[in-house]
Amino acid sequence: MVKRIALPLIVVLGILGLFYVGLGLDSRELPSPLVGKPAPPFEVPSLDDPDTMVTEQDFVGGPTLVNVWASWCSGCRAEKPYLIQLANRGVTIHGINYRDTREDASNYLRQSGNPYHTIAFDPKGDVGMDWGVYATPETYVLDAAGTIRHKHIGPLNPEVIREDILPLVARLEEEA
Amino acid sequence: MNRHHRASPVSAMLGAALAVTLLLGAGGAGAVAIGEPVEFESEAKERQYSRLVRELRCTVCQSETIYESNAPLAADMRRRVYEMTAEGRSEEEIIDFLVQRYGDYVRYRPPLQANTILLWTSPFLALVVGGGIWFTVVRQRRALVTRRELTPEQRDAIRRFRDDGHEQ
Repeated sequence: MVKRIALPLIVVLGILGLFYVGLGLDSRELPSPLVGKPAPPFEVPSLDDPDTMVTEQDFVGGPTLVNVWASWCSGCRAEKPYLIQLANRGVTIHGINYRDTREDASNYLRQSGNPYHTIAFDPKGDVGMDWGVYATPETYVLDAAGTIRHKHIGPLNPEVIREDILPLVARLEEEA
Repeated sequence: MNRHHRASPVSAMLGAALAVTLLLGAGGAGAVAIGEPVEFESEAKERQYSRLVRELRCTVCQSETIYESNAPLAADMRRRVYEMTAEGRSEEEIIDFLVQRYGDYVRYRPPLQANTILLWTSPFLALVVGGGIWFTVVRQRRALVTRRELTPEQRDAIRRFRDDGHEQ
């Protein structure tokens, strides 16, 4: 009798275990193949000035954050206060303005504050594609050599900043 | 003429249905959604494009190909596939380009590699395990049926009982 139910019981428990793990996974958290690779090259005008060109080299120098944002993106609005806090703490943040218009983006920055050092203007999403962006906001952490060390998908929040971003930036500062 | 006239509502409906079918069936339907007509100089390129857009996954919408998806990212990916195809790049080059940026996830047909071995072999493993269980169960049951042979006397007795039943 025990033997009769033992096998089905083990099988069912195994399947339930798989479900428990599988359903707990966030299918949006895709590992980026770009982590560990150098920042993908690009050359586009800056958001502030159409005549100034920005390249990936402008994003390199000490540990930096590269934040992909747009004025139409509500998640970007939500994470904005935390970006401003980070900038005030001395973290260098660059921006890629993704699929936006110059006017909307500038108005948005005027209203909600501008934590960005350099902003690349990418209205057609070409830079976004080279950086493997699929949904704004996304935040990359670059080391001093310009290698992508981490990618966060979705809005930053105090927990992510405390647990992931700040410790990594501190470590990269030591490395540099 | 008169007969034609009377048939016109039906034929108009048929015509509309045909137009919709043609529109949906056309290779460039995905690009229609983003307002970019898709034209290639050769039929081979057109075939490559329509094959690729149906094999690449839209990474935002997750369960749609870029051919079906109306997301802006899918439109960008279609445009990139279109441009690269028009430039004469091969299918592998285009898939590699997107895999480098978005990971294996963009492929609807996962490649056979170390981390997908289980994915590819699990159906066959399930078949082997299930077959094994089936085989043992059948063998056990068969053993139950043929376990004790009846003696000739017992068989006679059974036959007698059965025949009695028939005669009554």
